[in-house]
Amino acid sequence: MRKELWNDRAGGFHPVSAPDFLPRAQLREVQSRRLKAVVARSWHNVPLMRERMQARGLAPEAIRGIDDIAALPFTVKADLRDTYPFGMFASPMDEIVRLHASSGTTGKPIVVAYTQEDVEVWTEAMARTFAACGLHRGDIIQNAFGYGLFTGGMGTHYGAEALGATVIPVSGGNSDRQIMLMRDFGVSAVCATPSFFVHLVEKATEMGVDLRSLPLRTGVFGAEPWTDGMRERIQAETGIEAFDIYGLSEITGPGVATECSCHSGLHVLEDHFFPEIIDPATGAPLPDGEEGELVLTTLSKRAMPMIRYRTRDITAILTEPCGCGRTLRRIRRISRRSDDMFIIRGVNVFPSQVEAALLEIEGTVPHYQIILSRKHGLDEMTVEVEVTPEVFSDKVRAMEELRARIAHAIEHILGIRVGLRLVGPQSIPRSEGKARRVIDNRNDSDRSSR
Amino acid sequence: MKIPQLSVFLENRPHSLLEPLQALAAAQINLSGITLADSEQFGILRLVLRDWARARDLLQAGGWAVTVTDMVAIDVDDQPGGLVRTLEVLAAAGADIEYMYGLLLRQSGRFSMLFRFEDPARAIAALQAAGVRTVREDALY
Repeated sequence: MRKELWNDRAGGFHPVSAPDFLPRAQLREVQSRRLKAVVARSWHNVPLMRERMQARGLAPEAIRGIDDIAALPFTVKADLRDTYPFGMFASPMDEIVRLHASSGTTGKPIVVAYTQEDVEVWTEAMARTFAACGLHRGDIIQNAFGYGLFTGGMGTHYGAEALGATVIPVSGGNSDRQIMLMRDFGVSAVCATPSFFVHLVEKATEMGVDLRSLPLRTGVFGAEPWTDGMRERIQAETGIEAFDIYGLSEITGPGVATECSCHSGLHVLEDHFFPEIIDPATGAPLPDGEEGELVLTTLSKRAMPMIRYRTRDITAILTEPCGCGRTLRRIRRISRRSDDMFIIRGVNVFPSQVEAALLEIEGTVPHYQIILSRKHGLDEMTVEVEVTPEVFSDKVRAMEELRARIAHAIEHILGIRVGLRLVGPQSIPRSEGKARRVIDNRNDSDRSSR
Repeated sequence: MKIPQLSVFLENRPHSLLEPLQALAAAQINLSGITLADSEQFGILRLVLRDWARARDLLQAGGWAVTVTDMVAIDVDDQPGGLVRTLEVLAAAGADIEYMYGLLLRQSGRFSMLFRFEDPARAIAALQAAGVRTVREDALY
């Protein structure tokens, strides 16, 4: 039996993980039962949902089980904005114990709500996530996800406590203190965005702290897309095992899906969050194995159920049984969001493609920023890459070669010409949460005149 | 004869040369030699100075990419052809010159050329075998 099944300090199966191993048939029954309840709840309490179902001639009784899910209408982020602040709530305010909000990138924030029961489900989901990452009672978890309106900090916090671990609620930012706590408190696991952790690794080097000599052995990373190349780099540089977790505030926050020790896709906690893959252009459901947009339905949510919520994340459902024994289906690691995609000269570009190119070049760190501009009506893309001490040479020729090599690697992957600018170390702003990879200045100039 | 040289990466923007020099000035660090190699996109500031180790630590702590390389200092007669003999020796030895610049030695009033070789040890061996005078580090500052 794999170690993580025996991951309680006492040497036993971690009870919180039990739902991860339900026989598939039993799991389908749970999903069917919960879907019917959540659809009825939405119908009765959320006017938008009832209108949409009525428009399709759909009564709640028509949904007899999980196989009928594709008959239901989608929910999209704009629905949350249009009904701001409380229009999607299915519970009266006196049953709601918590509100979170995400800034989104444009305009109004979106608000999400939890009943006590919702908080408990979320907590359970995060505890199962940590258990899948091999953590247990006795672990000291430094939680560098931001606390506050963002769901990352508190969701992770509650889950870590429920697991029986010790949690340090340091939140994001203050890198010096992060390193000091990591060293002085004997931290064994860190939760952070991958870009912030890369920043911490740099900071530790600067402070003369060798992360390899510390008890730190696990990293739980999420809240932004990252690549396997970045994982390899992090693991090689720090000696930790890096886990990818996935979640979004609209669904619950972190705890929707997690890697296990097989690191081969993320198990969706599908007894609570049911995944589908659709064709993003037509909305048609795609069979397991095919790539498309991830759609999630909250099967247990009370305060704010989401029916077929379009995540904009691009992935595929993997159906082969996982080596860890979990029966939960997996989604392929998400490295692309259709929201992050930008179009330049007719070519679709994802920031993760630039990251993948950088990781091919020895010695560069993935601190980069993409700047889009428009000159004489033509879109231009410039990638700024930081010069690290490892790649810096006193020879102009060597630096020009480095610049050409990076530009070539990016152009090779994207198939378009890019400008490449080498910039000084630490000159690209570090984010304490999600990294801001793309700066689009195209709207500033002549686009408005069209 | 091996002279430590600091190289500092500079972005091509206003103030990028000023800032590291302000940092050194604030720490009362004096320079013996300074050159700037520039390309279309960036510059590389090269410094020769007595306090090179302290300057390196200071600049690195300030967030600059800094590297230390060994330069070779050659004594040059300040007259026509003063450099020719040296270059002949280097050419004969097949030593590749990456770049070079001149430095007036404040102590002796003599002139010195600093060379960046791909392979300093090989160049030094050739120069010594031919009897070319090199300059010791302490004569530079």
